[in-house]
Amino acid sequence: MNEQIKNNTLEISRRGFTKGAAGLTFSFVLGGSVAGHMAKAFAAEGAKLNAWVTIGTDGIVTILCPSAEMGQGVLTSLPLILAEELDADWSKVKAEFAPANPKVFGNPHELFKGAQITAASVSVPGYFMPLRMAGAQARRVLIDSVAAEWKVPAAELSTDKGFVIHKKSGRKISYGDVAKFAKIPAEPPKITEADLKKPSQFKLIGRKDIGRIDVPGKSNGSAKYGIDVQVPGMVYASVLQAPLEGSKAEVLNMEDVSKIKGVARVIPLPFGVAVIGETVEATRAGRNALKVKWDTSAATAANTDSEKNKADYARQGKDPAAKAITEYKVGDAAAALGGAAKTMEAAYWSEYCYHAQMEPMNAVAKVAEDGQSAEIWTGTQFGALAAGIISGILKTTPDKIKINQQLLGGGYGRRIWPDAAIQATILSNITKKPVKLLLTREDDVAAARPRPMTHHVLKAGLDAKGNLVGWHHRLVSENVDAVAAPPRFQATGGKDYIGARGLDQAFYAIPNVQAEYVREVRGMRVHAWRGIGAGYNKFAAESFVDEVANATGKDPLAFRLELTKNHPRAQAVIKTVVEMSDFKRKRPGRGMGIAFSDYHGAFSAGVAEVSVDAKSGKIKVHNYWVAADPGLVIQPDSVHAQLESSVVYGLSAALLEELTVKDGAIQQTNFNDYQVLRMSDLPEIHTRIVTTNNPPAGMGEIGVVAVAPAIANGIFQLTGKRLRHLPMSAERVKKALA
Amino acid sequence: MAAVGFNINGKAVSVDVETDTPLLWVVREHLKLTGTKFGCGSGLCGSCTVHVDGKAVRSCQTSVSQVSGKKVVTIEGLSPTNSHPLQKAWVAEQVPQCGYCQSGQIMQAAELLAANKKPTREQIVTHMDGNICRCGTYPRIVRAIQRAAKEA
Repeated sequence: MNEQIKNNTLEISRRGFTKGAAGLTFSFVLGGSVAGHMAKAFAAEGAKLNAWVTIGTDGIVTILCPSAEMGQGVLTSLPLILAEELDADWSKVKAEFAPANPKVFGNPHELFKGAQITAASVSVPGYFMPLRMAGAQARRVLIDSVAAEWKVPAAELSTDKGFVIHKKSGRKISYGDVAKFAKIPAEPPKITEADLKKPSQFKLIGRKDIGRIDVPGKSNGSAKYGIDVQVPGMVYASVLQAPLEGSKAEVLNMEDVSKIKGVARVIPLPFGVAVIGETVEATRAGRNALKVKWDTSAATAANTDSEKNKADYARQGKDPAAKAITEYKVGDAAAALGGAAKTMEAAYWSEYCYHAQMEPMNAVAKVAEDGQSAEIWTGTQFGALAAGIISGILKTTPDKIKINQQLLGGGYGRRIWPDAAIQATILSNITKKPVKLLLTREDDVAAARPRPMTHHVLKAGLDAKGNLVGWHHRLVSENVDAVAAPPRFQATGGKDYIGARGLDQAFYAIPNVQAEYVREVRGMRVHAWRGIGAGYNKFAAESFVDEVANATGKDPLAFRLELTKNHPRAQAVIKTVVEMSDFKRKRPGRGMGIAFSDYHGAFSAGVAEVSVDAKSGKIKVHNYWVAADPGLVIQPDSVHAQLESSVVYGLSAALLEELTVKDGAIQQTNFNDYQVLRMSDLPEIHTRIVTTNNPPAGMGEIGVVAVAPAIANGIFQLTGKRLRHLPMSAERVKKALA
Repeated sequence: MAAVGFNINGKAVSVDVETDTPLLWVVREHLKLTGTKFGCGSGLCGSCTVHVDGKAVRSCQTSVSQVSGKKVVTIEGLSPTNSHPLQKAWVAEQVPQCGYCQSGQIMQAAELLAANKKPTREQIVTHMDGNICRCGTYPRIVRAIQRAAKEA
């Protein structure tokens, strides 16, 4: 037994869930060399109760977090869910990142089907049940162990705050002490949903006073991000990123740059020109001194121009013969529009956006001497993808790639694609040394994986009484799935899950809806960006809803309440935000705009109180109110924090953010020409949670979506002018108001 | 290459680097005090803010030779016990999300409170406007500074 404790080879992996007649059952398989072994006992070091949780003999409960921590709070909320069912003493819980191993730690959410990716705000919804089951199972193991030790029936034992209690004899024992003799049965106890707590029994979930585990370290400089990693023997790399994919570099001053003190090598590669050196400052000096002639003739995006392309997008928006893929359909919108007493039409736009995560992309890679395995240190939303791609580059298998997850200095979708880890690996394989690759901000912008530029044509059909009977929304855009999720793109016959989110009208009672998408192929590396498609699709749709209301003499609020009549949760968030904002009260010189959106099972409505300086065109948002229904709330303060964060992100996108593209290359370089919201543009933000008895939904993005349309609707109420182009920058607004 | 001597977080150090090396890289990569972060390299975001002789500066825009013989304080040295009123307020208000910019935010705010014990909201915003937080924790940063001013 001791032998197994020492080498810690006991690997228990979760095969998954099988939903049978008895409900959800939790099955384990023993993996590796110990497969099939009988009971395993653990003494001094503690007990690994299952793949997710280990209890030390010192009472420390270590719970693995399968998701990336990028500010959304999962490093606390996911372990908290397990700790709840385990009845752990929260003050003794330690959270650690789980390894990239989707077979054990994949997210079973229907969106990801077992992939271990942190995206789409579905960490809490996807892992909620597995973590509860794992916690309940671990608790059962502890109870059974104590029952055997004390020779009492398990049914007489209870647990509370890290203790197993035998009320009858007045005895209690700490989990740490149980870990000294706990026996892990060969056949782990089966847990069903009936074994789980009822929400009324929760002691940790829903508590306002439990802070986030990572906050103290993020307030004293000790929190470790990918950029903070140093490994022995490493060299630094700076890569002047190719302005577009498929370009070829000719370095004009190779010799001069190689002579810079501290620069070891200059290596032109398909993705850019790498400067390797002993210090970070030497590699940056080298990178800055590079004179490079780029041959972009073979680049797929060579002809992409965000201004010039608009004429084509507009044509595709109107062309009845354009190849449109249906993303959402109810009834027969074409017939409804054809037979309508009145029709309306409007076109909307949004520009390319950059994630602008504060930590520029970076990674440390150490490829083994034989090139057959590698160790990577990076903050990633999709470590398993990094392992997969890197194993392909090294012609080995993913299990030979160890990803050491770090905290992420911002993700928002940018850290799904592991380009920095890939580049660092290639450089480590060339130099045969560990390489720390750190992009300059300028290179991070050049290597952007932007939210796509989009064009929308919306049509509404009204019957003689002014009822909305038909709705048509055509999105013209590059396909994000095709770039960021090719397997899904193939499987859905060319749909775009990411880009088309929010095209639907699932919560509005419109009898005939056609939402479709026409693909542009422009070669840009378009990607998921906080709020994904809902960010621009709901801007267009929720603005157009207001247009329809105003055109038919209806109040935009009353119109939305009428449209949501069949959906109490949607109505509740609208009514709540109206009450919070005292929406109907007129404010002189100010406009009040409202918008509603769902996102992956959560509901939210926002109200913006705005004014505009007609001379400069600058919009000022004075107040923003947001009400959200996330279902069951794991950490209330964290939900408020995510709503505040989403509102700021949404404001920034609505008012400021724009990447322009010329000859396939992004024109912006840093925060001087890519502006993001600063404190001086911060409105008062008011958040409220609408509590319902529903399964938990994710909160990382829902708050973003309603911001832009709420502002546009407020500006219309104030000025009578409709803003149909994101961002609503001062220059653009000035033109619209003129 | 020359040895540059200065005091960092109360300790005398001497580093052998090119004299025009940004203080940021000396602090982070040579002295391994990684709490100070690189964000833009151009003085546009504030992530790299440290104190030089009590003044908040962007360490990416300060060469190491400029701090020769001076006192540099980074987030690690703000309080020997990590209990500066701002750090306590940062935890109480649960400010950080991704947390990457927060060392810079705290160092920038510490300069303000050292000179102005009771800043108005407007003074806070003016002083903090050069520090970007992409997670949008601005409302909590304001609240935390106000709390620290009250509790200090």
